[in-house]
Amino acid sequence: MDDKFIEFIQQLINGLSQGAIYALIALGYTMVFGVLRFINFAHGDIYMLGAFAGAYVVPKVSETAIRLAGSPDGMRELTGIEAWIGPRESIYALVMVLAAVMVACAAFGILVEILCYKPLRSRPKITVLITAIGVSLFIESMGQFLFGAAQRPFPETVPDVLGTAVDLSAFGERWGSLVLLRSEVLIFIVTPLLLIGLTYLVKRTKIGMAMRALAFNPTACALMGVNVNFVISFTFGLGSALGGVAGVLISVKQPSIEPLMGILPGLKAFVAAVLGGIGNLGGAVLGGVLLGVVETLVVGYVSPTYRDAVAFAVLILILLFKPAGLLGKNVREKV
Amino acid sequence: MKFERTKLILLGSVILFALLSSTIGGMNAYYYDILIGVGISIILATGLNLVNGHTGQFSLGHAGFMGVGAYASSWISLNVSGGTGGVMTFMAALTVGGAFAALAGLLVGVPSLRLKGDYLAIVTLGFNEIIRVIIQNAEPLGAQRGLGGMVQHTNFFWTFSMAALTIYVVGNLVNSTYGRGFLAVRDDEIAAEAMGINTTKYKVLAFVLAAFFAGIAGGLYAHFKQFIHPEGFNFMKSVDIVVMVILGGMGSTVGVCIAAVLLTILPEFLRYVATIQWLPDWLQQVAANRMILYSLLLILLMLARPQGLFSGWGKGKRT
Repeated sequence: MDDKFIEFIQQLINGLSQGAIYALIALGYTMVFGVLRFINFAHGDIYMLGAFAGAYVVPKVSETAIRLAGSPDGMRELTGIEAWIGPRESIYALVMVLAAVMVACAAFGILVEILCYKPLRSRPKITVLITAIGVSLFIESMGQFLFGAAQRPFPETVPDVLGTAVDLSAFGERWGSLVLLRSEVLIFIVTPLLLIGLTYLVKRTKIGMAMRALAFNPTACALMGVNVNFVISFTFGLGSALGGVAGVLISVKQPSIEPLMGILPGLKAFVAAVLGGIGNLGGAVLGGVLLGVVETLVVGYVSPTYRDAVAFAVLILILLFKPAGLLGKNVREKV
Repeated sequence: MKFERTKLILLGSVILFALLSSTIGGMNAYYYDILIGVGISIILATGLNLVNGHTGQFSLGHAGFMGVGAYASSWISLNVSGGTGGVMTFMAALTVGGAFAALAGLLVGVPSLRLKGDYLAIVTLGFNEIIRVIIQNAEPLGAQRGLGGMVQHTNFFWTFSMAALTIYVVGNLVNSTYGRGFLAVRDDEIAAEAMGINTTKYKVLAFVLAAFFAGIAGGLYAHFKQFIHPEGFNFMKSVDIVVMVILGGMGSTVGVCIAAVLLTILPEFLRYVATIQWLPDWLQQVAANRMILYSLLLILLMLARPQGLFSGWGKGKRT
């Protein structure tokens, strides 16, 4: 009885951390859909690029992080907050890596938008969709070409303890067997912070207002003097930055990266966005978390081989019974 | 008159294929392999063209139906008459494979064709993955190990007769009075509906027919390679077929056939290019990774010529 409960909590932790990753990627889909009404198929590959960019940056910032933390000896006993999230130097390194990856991914997302999608603004949707598939395939195959197709390890941040579990035995005997990775704690901290930042940006700033206006009515928005091209590029950058962060966070948790790692999470995050109601930011987060939890529960209690089918089954069910998504509004199509 | 002529061409080509089959069957095994691959690609691409091109619905899960056909037909030939079945068993297996794929097409099509554009693409992709996962978990079908041991019945005659039949059916269907409905759905679904066309029926019909031909192609593939694996029918395979349709020009049967031929030969050609010694190193590596070229081609095509490379070809009337 007791063990079952602990096991359930364990599944929930795994599911929530996976769900947070889906949520971060799903936000990119949903924001781009909001302003452009199309699905950026290549978004999952931005997540992959984020992971690779992170792998490139980590060794470069390690020394600075150690200097900032002022303690080169990482093997000390971790106390207080460090027991939960890892030593200071690790965190400093991660913050720097995340900042660098966000900038890099945002730049890349904007570049893709300007080169590939901007010339197609007035074309039929199917053309844009095919282009997006092409971009996705291009990034994947270039990734295989440049980085090699094999799995490679994600470099360790300073003295790596992020991949290790938090010692929970202080809470009592039964909790001791629960595995809560420090990287998962980080996911649970970084994701809400980003969500708060994003909410502030979208609801309280001028550019956020422009994004909402553009999603509401592009023509009227342009007539009101909003620089539509800038807002679209900005949205792409923002979504890509979040996708990149997701890529780094997952790589810290599961330190093995490869050029095709973005395909399935990308598709599943899209499902998450649809589940929550595409175009709706809160919906993307809700959908991501729900999907992560459901998937983990199926893997844990039914069969791991069905892992990849879960998301698509959810997608089909939601599109059949509530096509607008959980939080989406039903929009009647006008002729 | 036109109808008679196409029927004659079909009959003539089938007889021709039958006559040529034994000669061609004796050719270099490597080239023979490519040739059969070309025929199977033509069936797949022409079938998908009915959905993606003529009816304007973007399906991204064609390989799933190919997989259903491959597995259903293999199961029949392995389990009926002790796995040593003759040509009759093979024909039955192909038909059953096609029928199962068509059934899968119906099951997938009815719910998903309510959706449009991007959504439809992802849902069909999703069904593709679901089919793959189901096969991977089906112990009687070999699950993760794949399924092998079929007698090699597929030859030049079967493959290209089926390809000719596919082209015949799709081409004639689309050019018939009845088939104008497909084009109407593509051109303007709302207007078509207003004109009294049952758009759902047409979409599902296109989907089921395409799935049927994909099933046949899968059966041919299984009885040629004599070994099939669920990973061979994943969505990357679907993307390959979609690229053929797009490159050839959606809705152009001739264009799609040309693209199917080119894109089946291209990887082999690139494999050859990758071994040419005097080429610069990076070029050899690019050639070894055909997806770079595919995807670049796709992007540039969409930017410069979204109607496809050969779209003006063989259209006759404006279809």
